Amino acid sequence: MRDAAVIRVPTRASRAIGEAAAAWVLCAPAAISLFLLLLGPTAALLLLSFTDWELGAPDLAWIGLGNYEELTTDPVFRIALRNTISYVGVVMPLSIGLGLAVALLIEGGVRLRATFRAIYFLPVVSLLVAMATAWQYLLHPTIGPVNRLLAMVGVAPINWLGSSDWVMTSLCMIGVWENLGFVVVLFMAGLTAIPKELYAAAELDGARSALDRFRLVTWPLLGPTTLFVVTITAIRCLRVFDTVQALTRGGPNNASQVLLYAMYQEGFSYFRIGYSAAITVVFLAIVLLLMLIQTRILDRRVHYA
Amino acid sequence: MPRDTGRAILIEGVEKSFGKTSVLKDVSLALREGEFLSLVGPSGCGKTTLLRIIAGLESADAGRVRIGGIDVTGLRAADRDIAMVFQNYALYPHLTVSQNLAVPLVMRRLSALERVPLLRHLIPGHKGRCAAIDAEVRGAAEMLRLGHLLARRPAELSGGQRQRVALGRALVRHPSAFLMDEPLSNLDAELRAGTRREIVELHRRAGVTTIYVTHDQVEAMTMSDRVAVIMEGELLQLGTPREVYENPVDLRVAGFLGSPRINILPAVATPEGIRLGGSLLPMRAPLPAGARLSVGLRPEALHLARDGLAAVVEHQEFLGAEVLIHARLDAVEARVTAKLGIAAAEPLRLGDAIHLRADWRDVLLFGEHGQRILAIPAETSLDA
Repeated sequence: MRDAAVIRVPTRASRAIGEAAAAWVLCAPAAISLFLLLLGPTAALLLLSFTDWELGAPDLAWIGLGNYEELTTDPVFRIALRNTISYVGVVMPLSIGLGLAVALLIEGGVRLRATFRAIYFLPVVSLLVAMATAWQYLLHPTIGPVNRLLAMVGVAPINWLGSSDWVMTSLCMIGVWENLGFVVVLFMAGLTAIPKELYAAAELDGARSALDRFRLVTWPLLGPTTLFVVTITAIRCLRVFDTVQALTRGGPNNASQVLLYAMYQEGFSYFRIGYSAAITVVFLAIVLLLMLIQTRILDRRVHYA
Repeated sequence: MPRDTGRAILIEGVEKSFGKTSVLKDVSLALREGEFLSLVGPSGCGKTTLLRIIAGLESADAGRVRIGGIDVTGLRAADRDIAMVFQNYALYPHLTVSQNLAVPLVMRRLSALERVPLLRHLIPGHKGRCAAIDAEVRGAAEMLRLGHLLARRPAELSGGQRQRVALGRALVRHPSAFLMDEPLSNLDAELRAGTRREIVELHRRAGVTTIYVTHDQVEAMTMSDRVAVIMEGELLQLGTPREVYENPVDLRVAGFLGSPRINILPAVATPEGIRLGGSLLPMRAPLPAGARLSVGLRPEALHLARDGLAAVVEHQEFLGAEVLIHARLDAVEARVTAKLGIAAAEPLRLGDAIHLRADWRDVLLFGEHGQRILAIPAETSLDA
């Protein structure tokens, strides 16, 4: 912008300064709100994580990396981190794999596409806390239909949400149910964008089986969609909180602790804001790392234009 | 490149409707071995549907398709041994040019197991087969001047280069027939003329039977051995470009082929001859007196004369070697276009009154329903 002005009237540098000033004024509202709403709070969070501030405390002290040191020895945090990572590791691939399969089946059929799409999308639009109540009933150890069905094939009742061996499995199943519809809808949108002529060309080129056509056309052309789905699902899984809050409260005996629930407990039950901020910083670092992998590495491999 | 023996293609009584709309009505067509045939017609006439039925991408409601004497009606596209060039090229965007060219060979020659990454190296003979495919891809690429582009992806190519990749992918495996669906329509005018010649030369060299779908009559006329004119789902005429131009069997064929368009004028049959406005054409038609008909006059068939059709010059277009004269015929309230030589058109000015004439052999007569009527000169009287 400034260069152009200089070329047009090279003798009048003041004009260029005026233009630059106008540019600053014009982008000020966006820049200020960006700072106030996003960057400022993040910076505050980062600063808080270096203090020992507790909610309502009259003063706070700078303790440097103290909170982070405590994190490395805190068993609850360690469980939360491990549970969160395994939750992402189980729920993300399962919901993406199942979601792609369901999307392909719906797209491959002729009738009721919109109906199926709506049905699969229901969990996304419904209030998860309310749906958690339904899950609580379904998974109830004595009156729950799941255990009753299992009893019919001779399986002893399982305490889905109350036993430390099963609680994460149960939460993962609910997580897949919660994310599946979202993934299906995104993949269906991606599938409709693939030019039909490519399938005709593949058929004429000798791609006889559905698997051949999937490998030659569908999977590569879904690349950008898949990358987006992976990123968004990973972040949605990392953020797992409401099912834990509604169903298990991190229990039994911290067996279902996850990052955001630990952060919530530290910050809002024990009022240790500084420590809670440190957990949040760890959470943000993981999210940023995922974004970096997406934009720097994978993005180049899925966009062909 | 070895010259392939193209196969004959036979289409018998093909019909197709989408819902209640009938798009193909009893179309039959026979292609000789190695022939270049154009399916030409306005958009929506059913020519692309016919091509897709021949390819096996669409199934016909009735009728049969035979390629090289074999009934392929029930075969799927992958088993018909034909290749197709699509209007938007349909290249695989994630594959390089050489990978795109190799797809038809890889799909046909390597087993499903051999196409699995990593596992492929364990299968005996794999290296040899890959080297053979590679050599053939290079051969096809050289022929189409794509040698220096082999490592690029389609997005990095110009329209003309993409078009050549699509052609290469079709001819690399020596199919028994080529089907082309408006392959030039996405190219600019200059490139189109060059590619037209290139496709014809390629066809001459490879000798593969080719069906070429286009709505552009210039492409159809300049490239084909024979032209099939399709309109509203009907095959109206099949013949060499010269036959369909000089001897159209239907008013619609006459109107579609030729640029500038043929002049169509209303006329009436009388015992003395064909009455066109105030003048009498010295020819007779086997029609009852008073029957209405259409007279078709190609612009180049008209010349200036001392008497004949009286007209007023309204507009002139200078084309270099010729001049197009657009004139008004007051007698029949119509406009005609005449293509005249520079010398003949030189003295004409806008508003000049002129007289136009045509040799009777150049006059095309069409009946009330557009059917062609053969005329005879007035001297050889019908009754005599």
